[in-house]
Formats: sequence, structure tokens, C-alpha cells
Amino acid sequence: MTELEKKDLAVKATKVRMGIIEGTHAAKAGHPGGSLSAADMFTYLYFKELRVDPADPKNPDRDRFVLSKGHTAPGLYAALALRGFFPWEDLLTLRQIGSHLQGHPNMNLTPGVDMSTGSLGQGVSCAAGMAKAAKYMGKTCRVYTLLGDGEIEEGEVWEAFMFAAHYKLDNFVAIVDKNGLQIDGPTKDVMDSGDIAAKMRAFGFEVMEINGHDFDEMEAAFQKAKETKGKPFGIVMHTVKGTGVSYMTNSVEWHGKAPNDAEYEIAMGELNAHLAELEAK
Amino acid sequence: MSEVKKMATRDAYGQALAKLGAEKTDLVVFEADLAAATKTGVFRKAFPERHFECGIAEGNMMAVAAGAASMGLVPFASSFAMFAAGRAFEQVRNSIGYPHLNVKIGATHGGISVGEDGASHQCCEDFALMRSIPGMVVLCPSDAVEAEAAVRAAYEHVGPVYLRFGRLAIPVFHDENKFKFEIGKGETLTEGTDVAIIATGLMVYEALEAAEALKAEGVQARVINMCSVKPLDEALVLKAARECGRIVTAEEHSIIGGLGEAVCAVVAESGVPCKVKRVGVNDEFGHSGPAVPLLKQFGLSAENICKAAKEL
Repeated sequence: MTELEKKDLAVKATKVRMGIIEGTHAAKAGHPGGSLSAADMFTYLYFKELRVDPADPKNPDRDRFVLSKGHTAPGLYAALALRGFFPWEDLLTLRQIGSHLQGHPNMNLTPGVDMSTGSLGQGVSCAAGMAKAAKYMGKTCRVYTLLGDGEIEEGEVWEAFMFAAHYKLDNFVAIVDKNGLQIDGPTKDVMDSGDIAAKMRAFGFEVMEINGHDFDEMEAAFQKAKETKGKPFGIVMHTVKGTGVSYMTNSVEWHGKAPNDAEYEIAMGELNAHLAELEAK
Repeated sequence: MSEVKKMATRDAYGQALAKLGAEKTDLVVFEADLAAATKTGVFRKAFPERHFECGIAEGNMMAVAAGAASMGLVPFASSFAMFAAGRAFEQVRNSIGYPHLNVKIGATHGGISVGEDGASHQCCEDFALMRSIPGMVVLCPSDAVEAEAAVRAAYEHVGPVYLRFGRLAIPVFHDENKFKFEIGKGETLTEGTDVAIIATGLMVYEALEAAEALKAEGVQARVINMCSVKPLDEALVLKAARECGRIVTAEEHSIIGGLGEAVCAVVAESGVPCKVKRVGVNDEFGHSGPAVPLLKQFGLSAENICKAAKEL
């Protein structure tokens, strides 16, 4: 990836982060922490990886993305809006009556959303079902899903992983956002999931661990995923929850809380400064 | 009533899948390690490339089927009613019902007639669970002919459908050459205005036997087969309420949350004066035993329907 491409992705990721703050602030609710930890991944997926077309969001041969950690919808919505699936202004209607932007993703309301999710552990199963169906139907599309590292405490996740490996779903990529925090505290204290990559390997995945804020590493992982045949691919991405906003960084408190007006100003000030810095490069 | 051929609706389910699968290449089956019992094994034999084993993981299976439906396939996902509606309730609710995906849930071994396996496997709560999901169609065929027709109707219907089949071989009383099935429509089997018996599943044949017995005592009973537990044929229920003034409901399900309560709600809200009595499982768990005596023990019999009719 060229420096210019990386800069462009960094600019876009910063805008996605601004969208997350705009949305949750307007809604006075929502989940900024895990949206921000995955903001770079949302950006990479929608601007580099996924074969999708905002002008034809239901194209039957498109790649699919399932946000299994559905509560981080603000991040998905911001990436979709930036990619042109719907107007950016819609982000300000997040969680409002009449809005197409539900608290958790709804495939029948929001253009670009491929599966309704929100109940943890289910999206990954849906994604595995899509990948299995794609193979049966002879489609070349690929299916991507993003899980939280708290979410994998749900047993269904491992049922889905077993299914994906059993059916050799090499068109399926499961990404785990390992930000280390969940609602009740650090994941290692709430329910220690240990070595996630080793567990996924034991379940039959080819796995890469990457820095989830590094676009070069994402590119390498997705390249390896495409080269991997006969087994599903796992990406365990190490991230920092709340990345981009100083007071949200690595803080359990900001899992599911919206910034008030003063906090909004601070967050947007920081993100605008970062954006100016990037654009001046 | 003369001796008739007997067949379990689960057998009809397996045969219907295989028959329909020959016509419809988008029909696929997901199974949770019970293919020999749910009879999806019949489909597997005909179309092994379209029969997807999910192992003993019903929750995952339901969401996998949802994903497959989102790709344009028409999945039938099968397990015992206990696990399809019970264990996987939330996956059915959130991954199939909420997005209104085109998944058909083929739930076999519904009710007390599971028999020897006992209470852990005798699901008498599935109508209640499935009825409560918006947009879910709930069907419970009364014999093999209706079961096959219901499978076909479920395939043609766009949206989620829950089909409940039984383990026990029961009389096949419909004429397959004349039988027409429509989701949301009840079937009037006998005419009468003294009492209406609205039944579903294997209780329909019991209702017919009850009507015979009542007739001998000079009571003309109208028997209505209500395979479509949801949507309910409200017009037919109200017609029965108006014309008979007495309704007995009969189902192999808890009296809580099933057909009986659905009928009560329609009648109560209509203002039509009509007494209703529910025959079903009385808020208790089942237990092990051969199916036929078990059904009698739990009051799921023609005798008990007659008793309820006379009490009204």
C-alpha cells in the first residue's frame, strides 16, 4: 500500500470516528468505545476490501459483511454513510423514532446492512450460513464478520466456528476485535478467553494476529485470507477501545455511554485536529 | 369410524421435502443430528448435496439457515420441537423472525405423543413461543395429507414458517386428491350447531371421534380443523361462536399460549356470547410412557373432548 493510500484511509477512518461521535451524541445513547476500536477496520473493509456498490446495495453477487458485535452499529453506519450508501446527515438520526438507523443493525431498513444483528453470537452463525450458501450456489463472493472479544464468550460463536471449519469455508473471514474490555470490566477479569488465536486454530481456522489500527497489517491478513484454501480464516486484531478520543481511550466507562455536549466538543476538537494534521501531511 | 391408514406427520414431512426438492432446486435442508428421526434423512437420500448437517447445535443451525435464506435459498431447518422452538427460540426470534427471513422450521416430535423419551423431550410450549414472534406462521397438520400440503404451502409462502409434526402414527383421513390447503384458513369437517370443536394436530381426529360419540347422544358437533394456529381463521372461529354458542378447543399443547387461548382471545374481543373450554395439557410436564395411553392420561382424547362439550 502506498503512503498516499494509507493517508487516505487514515483520513477516512478519522471521519468514521467523527460519525460515531456525531451519532451517539445526537442519540444521547449508543456504544462509542467498541465502534472506535473497530473504526479502522470498518474503513478498510468498506474502502479497500469489500466488493460492494452503494448504487446497487442488494447485488446478489456482492461480498457480505455481518456485524456480529451489532452494538457497534455507529461505526458501521459511519463507514456506510462515508462510502455513499446513505446521506451522512442520517447519522444524526441514530436511534431516533422514524430513523432507518436502529440501535442495532437492521438489514431491512438500512442500505448496505447485510444482516440484522445485535444479539451476540448470532451474526457469526448467519455469516457462516451465507458462506455455506454461497459455496452451494457457486457464488464467488466472500463473507466477512466482525466479533467482539467479549462476544466470543457466547457458546454459539464456537458452534459457528466448528461449522465453518467442518464445511471448509475458505470464503469466510471471522475478525475478532480484541480490545480487552467488556461492560463489566476487563475481559480477562470478566471471563478470560485466553489465547483466542490458538483456540481458533484448534477449531480449524488459519489465523493471523494483527494490530487492528495498522492498514498494512490488515492488507497482509486479507491477502493471506484469500490465499488460504480449504479452511476458514480468522483475524485476531489487537485494538484499543475508544481510539481517537483521549478520554474514551481504553476506558470501560465508554462502552455504552454517549458523550454530553461538553464531551462532544472535546472529542470533535481532537478528531478535527487529527484530521487537519493528516491532511497537512 | 372405520379403520384408516396410519402415518406419522413426520414421515409425511420427509417425503414432502424429497418430493418438493425434486421440483425446487433452491430448497435446502439443515439438520441437527436427528435426520433419521425428523425424517429429513429421506431428503438427504435424494439430495445429499442439499442436506446440510449442523451437528447438535440448534441455535447455530437456525442462524445459519437465516444466513442461507438471505442469499436467496429456501432453507428448511429441522430438529425436535423442544430444541427448534425451545432451545433455539432466541435465534429464531432475532435472526429469522426479526429480519423476516424465508426460513421454514420443520419441528418434529411435538407434544406428549413423543412418548417414552419423557418430559424433557415433550414440547408443549412451542405454539406459545412461536405465536409470539411477529410475522411467524405456525402450522400443525392433522394428518399426513395435510402435512404434505402444509410443507408445500410453507415453501410457497415468503417469510418464516414454523411447522409442527408428530412422532406417532395417526389416522390419515384427508383425501389427497381433493384436499386443498391454505395458510390462515380452517377446515370445517362436520356440520353442527350444538357445539363447535376447534382442534389442531392429532387432536383433530380425536375431535372427529368425539363428534361421532356426541351424535349418538343427539348432540350435533361442528368439527373445525385449525392447522393454521397462526394466522388464525378468525372469521371461521366467530362464525362458530355465533352459530354454536359453545366452543371446545383441542390441542396437544399446554392450555397456556396455544390454540385455545388464541380462540378465547378472538371470541372474548368480539362480544359474541359464547362459552369456551380448552382441552390440552394442563400446566404440567409430561412423563415417559407409550404415546397412546399417555395421551389418554393427559386428557388428550375424544372422551375428554366429549366431557368438555357436555360441561359447557
